[in-house]
Formats: sequence, structure tokens, C-alpha cells
Amino acid sequence: MLQIIKQILRTGIKTEAPPPTDDALRGEIQQINAQILHHIGRALAIRHIDAGSCNGCELEIHSLSNAYYNIEGLGIHFVASPRHADMLLVTGPVSRHMEIALKRTYDATPDPKLVVALGDCSCDGGIFGESYASCGKIANVIPVDVTVPGCPPTPSAILQGILTAVSSCKTP
Amino acid sequence: MRLDDCTLLFPKLPSAMPIWHGVVNAQDLRTLCEQVLHGGGKLVALWGSDATERGGHYALHTGLVSISGMLVLTLPVDQEKPDFPDLSDLFPAADRMQRSVADMLGLHPTGGGNHRKWLRHAAWPSDVHPLRKSFDRNSTFPTEPDNYPFVAVTGNGVHEIAVGPVHAGIIEPGHFRLSVVGERVLKLEERLGYTHKGIEKRFEDMTLQQGAKLAGRISGDTTVGYAWAYAQAVESVTGTAPPARALWLRALLLELERLLNHLGDLGYLGNDAALAFGFAQFWILKEDLLRMNGDLFGHRYLMDRIVPGGVACDLDHAGLLRIAETLRHLEHEIAILKDIYDEHAGMQDRFLSTGYVAPDLAAKLGLTGLPGRASGQAWDARAQFPCVPYDQLDVNMVTHRNGDVAARVTMRFEEMVESIRLIHLMLEQLPAGALMSAVGDAAEGSLGIGWVEGWRGEILVALHVGKNNRIHRLHPHDPSWQNWPVLEHAIMNNIVPDFPLINKSFNLSYSGVDL
Repeated sequence: MLQIIKQILRTGIKTEAPPPTDDALRGEIQQINAQILHHIGRALAIRHIDAGSCNGCELEIHSLSNAYYNIEGLGIHFVASPRHADMLLVTGPVSRHMEIALKRTYDATPDPKLVVALGDCSCDGGIFGESYASCGKIANVIPVDVTVPGCPPTPSAILQGILTAVSSCKTP
Repeated sequence: MRLDDCTLLFPKLPSAMPIWHGVVNAQDLRTLCEQVLHGGGKLVALWGSDATERGGHYALHTGLVSISGMLVLTLPVDQEKPDFPDLSDLFPAADRMQRSVADMLGLHPTGGGNHRKWLRHAAWPSDVHPLRKSFDRNSTFPTEPDNYPFVAVTGNGVHEIAVGPVHAGIIEPGHFRLSVVGERVLKLEERLGYTHKGIEKRFEDMTLQQGAKLAGRISGDTTVGYAWAYAQAVESVTGTAPPARALWLRALLLELERLLNHLGDLGYLGNDAALAFGFAQFWILKEDLLRMNGDLFGHRYLMDRIVPGGVACDLDHAGLLRIAETLRHLEHEIAILKDIYDEHAGMQDRFLSTGYVAPDLAAKLGLTGLPGRASGQAWDARAQFPCVPYDQLDVNMVTHRNGDVAARVTMRFEEMVESIRLIHLMLEQLPAGALMSAVGDAAEGSLGIGWVEGWRGEILVALHVGKNNRIHRLHPHDPSWQNWPVLEHAIMNNIVPDFPLINKSFNLSYSGVDL
């Protein structure tokens, strides 16, 4: 126990400031109005769905929980069920074998909800494209609020996407 | 036919690795497989191909490894009666590979083996085979119910827990059907294939150069391993010899990838045993390494750094010093963390004897890579069939015989120490010179094999060349093919809450086997 405490003290605090939001990431829709977003943004529950990714984007989602990005410190946490979630964080091109599971998970998430699509494949199908096995981008299957490009996007970019989704759109 | 004659009878492929390729008939295929098995060898990969449109035939290919190297055997398969001898009685790991060949190419194993579908769910009908050349990649079909026939366990008090494809954690999708009595698991049945996105068919539109990017995205956590194996295959068919500096840098990247994944796994293994401290500590170290990769090589996970002909990155003197310093810190920290893990009674209680795979079972089922070495299966291509630069570094293979979660944890610690030692040697001996060699033309119909010891185990990339330097057929093989079925055995008689821990101690790829 003493050794653990010693190591924690020696490590110190690593957490860095979160990135600013970016309106360029917004899609055409915004599923939640500003007033509700204000509340959700302070205690956000995210359900991650891998809809057919190569596992690259997942690595960076994991990184969000490390001490540097410390996503839980911002009031954002990952939940085990879509029924507990405010936001779906979806990766991959949607494989046809995941199409039904993705739609069902979306339906199981209570309204109002947000969807953030993560990675190049989720934005436009990426290198896998559309085929007998792939439906391509996430927006081909469920509505998407914010897309975050990158292969994989860095943890900062993902965090920026999440924070953009929960901040209300500037008035046009 | 005698196995010993193969290296004399069959041509050796122009490759960095010892690989022979021969065309055999069904009887010789069985005989040679039996000899490989009885000599202590194993099946690495099994795949099919369709050359009917260029005047050829269907074929079944197997990659077998024995002490002298790899033997790739090609069995031509009759178009009218497309079947091949079942090999799953010799190599149980062949079962899912054969079922995938049946789904994707319509070539069927004869005999009484398992004939259930594997990669096909509901996206295309059973009489359609996407890897046949006559199949259009963009065809779509109305989705039908999957109706996969799971094996039902019956008896007093038995019930099923169905998990996935969308899991509770942040992991890839797959379905696990656990049959339990109380907390005790009687049987686990896996259903994978959810991330099947047509990777193999996608390769068939590509040139040899274009394929490199896709190869690096077969399994994102093993991007270096796949990119190197792919590059080896291309270099084999084009007669390209990459410069020495490129080969040394490739190995450096491969060891960095091993470190990244082992660090991440050790963090999660702590977390799954309720020691959040472990996750926090290991993931700080992992992030330090990722940032170093980003700064020095331009990509945190080193994607697209290895390309056919060489590497697309370099390392200057300041970079060498940065890596050396980062690794010295890493080595110091993991020594402290190993002490903490080893001395933590709560963790050891969760780790010891959990998810046990006995060495004889591991041998029978063909358990490979890191979990294999934790159960006494001493295979590591870096040590046994070392290519440049491993032939100059004298790699120490880590093995254990305890076969439980604790052994797989210890494996990771010890492999990290070895990787750090290897990287220090690479930094000292890194040769100067060019980073790329020009890649020549490949002859249509030639076969190239890439074979790399990734962090999970051995990766094989089989490349069949088409016209004009294009890919005719490409099969990437992940060691997870061999290890997923063994996970079903490892969980037996353990309690349900230990499943995530056991699963994490294997950490197998979904995308890499769903393709």
C-alpha cells in the first residue's frame, strides 16, 4: 500500500486543459436544444459503439480516460448500456453485419440524444467504402450530430468533438 | 510424400523468411499435414483463392510451420466438385478457417466436420460467395435473419447469458453465449464476424502500392505488424531488397508497437481486477510513448510508416536520444509497477489459476503467440527464424508454463523488458543509408508471403499477384484465428465475473479475423 501511495505522489498530476469547441465539426442536424444541452454538458453519459472499425479509433477513446486527458474529470463518463446514455460515440464504417445492432442501440438510447461519429471511416466510409459488406458512413444508418475526422483522430480531437456536440450551436 | 523432401522438391520463395511453396494433391496435403503435426509443427494459416477467370482453378492454400521454416502448400480444387480434405481433425484451429473458405469461396471440407457458417451472417445469401471473381463487390442483398445454430447446453439449473455484439466496455463487437450454472461457466460459444467489412475483396481492386494503406488497417492495434508483413510479401514478388536502415527501423517500430499494446493491456488487467491505480499508471506510460511516436514518426500508432520497399520515416540523432531516454524511464517505472502487481494480494488472487490453459491442451489446439508462450508453446519467429535485424540481436524468447492470467501478465512484463533491450541495441547499431529501394514489377500469378511476429503472435500475409502489378487475391492472417477457440476452453469452470479478465489477458482481435 505504501508503495502505491509513494508512486501516486511521485507521478503527480498529469491532467491537461481540454481543447476548445469547433463549429466546423457540426453536421446539419442538432438533435438537442440549447437549454437541455446546458445541463447534459455538465454530466454527460456516453455509450461507445464499434460499428465495424479496425480498432484504431477505440485505442484513442481509451486514451481519453488516461490521466492526461482525464475525461471523467470533465464530468463525462462512459456507460455500459445505451439506456443510460445521452450520447452515442460511433466508430467505423457500418458493417452490414452491425447495421441492425447499431439501429437497435440507437433506438434503445432515450431521447433527447446526441450522436458523434468518430474517424475517417465514420465520416465517409474511409478506405473500406461501401460494398456488399459495408454500409459506409454512420450517417447512412443513423442521424449524426458531429463528425470527427482522423485516422484515428487524436484524443484532443475526439474530446473537441464531444465538447462541440454538447455545446449549443452559435446562432447562424 | 515425405516432409523432409519438401525443402528439396519445392522452390524456396524469394523472401526474408525461410518459406517453401509447393503444389500438391489431396492425399499429399493430408500426409504432409500429419507429418508436420507429428513433428511438433503447426498450422499458421488456411485460405482459398479463385483463378478460374484467368484460366486456372480454385485452390486451397495452407501455411504450415515446422522447425525448418514455413511450408506453403497449394491444393488445386475441382470447379465441378469444389471440395478439399478436412484438416480440422489434425489442426482444430483449421475449423473456423475452413468454414470461412466455405462462406467466402464456396469450397467445402469433406468429411464430418463442422459445417456451420462462420463469417457470413445475414448480409448475403448462402449460395453467394463474395471472394469468387464473378462476384461484384458492390452487390447488395436484402438482409435476412442470421439464425446461427448455437450449441445449446441443457441440464438442471443451466441458463444462458448472451453478451454482445454491442459490449458493455469500449471494445470491438462480437457475441458471446455463456451457458452457466449459478456463477460457474459450463460453456462459452463465440459468434464473430460482426466487423466483416469486405477487406479481402477490397484488396482485389488495388495496386501493390495502394494495398499498403489497407494492410495497416486490418487491425488498428497491429498496424506495424501488418504493414511489415504486407511489405515483405510485395518485396518477395517484386524481388525488392529494402535498404538495411529501413529494415532496422521497421523492427524498431514493431517493438514500439509491442510495448504500446503490452502497456495498455497491463493497465486494463489491473483495472479489471479492481486496481484503478494500475490503469492510471500504465496509461500514463503508454501516452508518453504515443506522444514520442507522434513527435518522432508523425503518427501515434505508426500507421503508414512501413511501405513496400522501405520506410516512410527516419530518425535523427535527437530522435535516438529521445527514444533512449523515454525507454530508460519506462524500464524504471515498469520495474516498480511489476513489484506492486506481484505483491498485491487482491490482484494475485484474481490472476492466479484463472483462465488456465494447460500446455498439452495449448499444443493440441494450436494456441499461438503470447498466450501460447504463456502455456509452454515456444514459438517466436523473431527468435527461431530471425530476419534482419533480429538475426543480429539474439532475441530471448519468453515462455512460461503456468498458462493462467498471471502467466500472461508476467509474459507481458518480461516481453517488455526484452523489447526495451532490443530497442537499445537497435539504437546503438542502426545502420546509415537509404530508406527506400525502388519496387520493381511483379509477375502475374506469383505468390508472396509475409511473416512477422507481431505483439499478439505471428501475422501472415499471402499475396497472389494479378495483371499489371495489381492484387489478384490477398489473405491477411491474424493469430487470433488460432486463439479465439482456445478462449472458449480457458473460461470453462471459471466464474462469469472472471470472463472480462480472462478475455483481456488474451486480448484478441475481432477486426483482424472478421476481415
